[in-house]
Amino acid sequence: MALIKRLASMIGVLFCVVTITFLLIRMSPGGPFDGERKIPAEIERQLLAKYKLDGSLWQQYSGYLGDLVRGDLRLSTKYRNRSVNEILAQTLPVTLVLGGVAFLIAVIAGVWLGTVAAMRRRTWRDHAAMFAALAAISLPSYITGPLFILVFALTLGWFPAGGWGGVSHLILPALTLAAPAAAVIARLMRGSMVETLEMDFIRTARAKGVGETAVVYRHALRIAILPVVSYLGPLAAHLLTGSIVVETVFHIPGAGGFFVHSILNRDGFLLGGMVIVYCLLLVCFNLLVDMAYGLLDRRIKTHA
Amino acid sequence: MLDPRVIQRVRSNPAAVISGCFLGIMALACVAGPWFLSPSLGDPGLLQYAPPSLAHPFGTDLNGRDVLYRVLTGGRISLLVGICGAIVSLFIGTTWGLVAGYAGGRVDALMMRVVDVLYSVPRLIFILIAINAFNAGLQGWAASLGWEWLVGSSRIAILVVALGVIEWLTMARIVRGQVLSMKERQFVTAARALGQSHSRILYRHLLPNLAGIILIYLTLTIPAVIIDESFLSFLGLGIQAPQASWGSLLADGAGAINPIRSFWWLLVFPAGAMASTLLALNFLGDALRDGIDTRAG
Repeated sequence: MALIKRLASMIGVLFCVVTITFLLIRMSPGGPFDGERKIPAEIERQLLAKYKLDGSLWQQYSGYLGDLVRGDLRLSTKYRNRSVNEILAQTLPVTLVLGGVAFLIAVIAGVWLGTVAAMRRRTWRDHAAMFAALAAISLPSYITGPLFILVFALTLGWFPAGGWGGVSHLILPALTLAAPAAAVIARLMRGSMVETLEMDFIRTARAKGVGETAVVYRHALRIAILPVVSYLGPLAAHLLTGSIVVETVFHIPGAGGFFVHSILNRDGFLLGGMVIVYCLLLVCFNLLVDMAYGLLDRRIKTHA
Repeated sequence: MLDPRVIQRVRSNPAAVISGCFLGIMALACVAGPWFLSPSLGDPGLLQYAPPSLAHPFGTDLNGRDVLYRVLTGGRISLLVGICGAIVSLFIGTTWGLVAGYAGGRVDALMMRVVDVLYSVPRLIFILIAINAFNAGLQGWAASLGWEWLVGSSRIAILVVALGVIEWLTMARIVRGQVLSMKERQFVTAARALGQSHSRILYRHLLPNLAGIILIYLTLTIPAVIIDESFLSFLGLGIQAPQASWGSLLADGAGAINPIRSFWWLLVFPAGAMASTLLALNFLGDALRDGIDTRAG
């Protein structure tokens, strides 16, 4: 029952996303076929008909909704004769690989750093980890990315400066994308671990003679990780947005570059399709996170 | 507004004091600095890509403009957008949180559900589209009213409002949490027993007690808005040339490093200015927050 309710609200959110995106794109000035040369009226009418841009606003909107339900994201108006589905099928896997690797790095590094800081509270390790975290939050990816390229690619020559191919191409962009997210997780993790380590069941475990490492990683981590789990949804949104910049900086042929160009080229259907697919991915991911949260924390069920 | 003990605690934190002083100097340099420099430094000149020297401490860029002058005027815009955007977010977030927390029940549940959903939607992406959608309209409207100043800076105005509109979520959550615990306290019950209206209780009794925590989250929202603004400007969709913000300067800098010849000063100086400002703001905000909430320290 709760699942059906969640699915209904998911569809509601997606409907709002589609409507807002459609209206915003329609409100943007200039048409997709405005160029330096004026197109004859007759040809322009045929172009508009081909790209289903004719008719009233309502007709266009309902037509677009219908196509979306059928899974058709329509044709790009800039990259003539290529469908948005086709462009996304080529570029989205790249973005998802980059985002997925960054996601793993952020979660593992963040949880580990936060736990170490909480275990060694008020020592130099704690202070160093938290200073590093604050620095990473204050350094957005368009600062760290070019600096990484300058130092590790151009000066030291350890990694390629950009492009896409093997694992070596993945390291710098994934680190750039993951660093601020790892920092946020480390801070969350430290706070909740400090609180958890003061709970009664931890004292019991210690009294039983369980070693400190086992206390932290076997007993406390399970509870302390809950705030991190509820941050995973916003984290995924953050990484998808951030990948736009990282792909631009490292010249990665992912979806992010098309995103910026589709705005500049007034390529409405490409832009709309990308926003809608991004939101769909995130909404589904959030559902998974919520279900995982419910499994991890049994108390939620008794409350609801 | 702030408990004197909090200020005492923050003053005993050296990192916070240094951050506060640094921010003061940075703000002064950005606002007043360009007045002391010759304004022709910001105009295109003959000296292209000159490395740092006495005449140009931060070097010059592609068009022969002085990078120091550009960093300072860019800082003006970045700081202006950051502060104004944070204030917009303060209004929205505080109102939303106050109403949700005070109303409670179903209204609260619904309003907080909206916050949850917005948290997990790529909000910046909508802002990207919205800026393009509204800019021309605002420019036309400003021109019809004869507001010359708004025609020139319509993008900044839109950025301020748009970024304020997306960065209010944390503020709303914090305020709501505080209101939930505060509305059960006796001074609120007393005010209600005296027959005061809801709006009067909200604005005369609850809001003054929230001022401290709102101020603190304002310090933490400013860097978030600055980061968002420079994200958009970096992609070329925020501040438009010849105006500059730290984000667009960074975009120029990132474009100027390549394997053949790296004009590193174009990247390093804007990056340094922006990173140190953000770091100082975050340090100060963190210290203030820890000053109020000593639990997790």
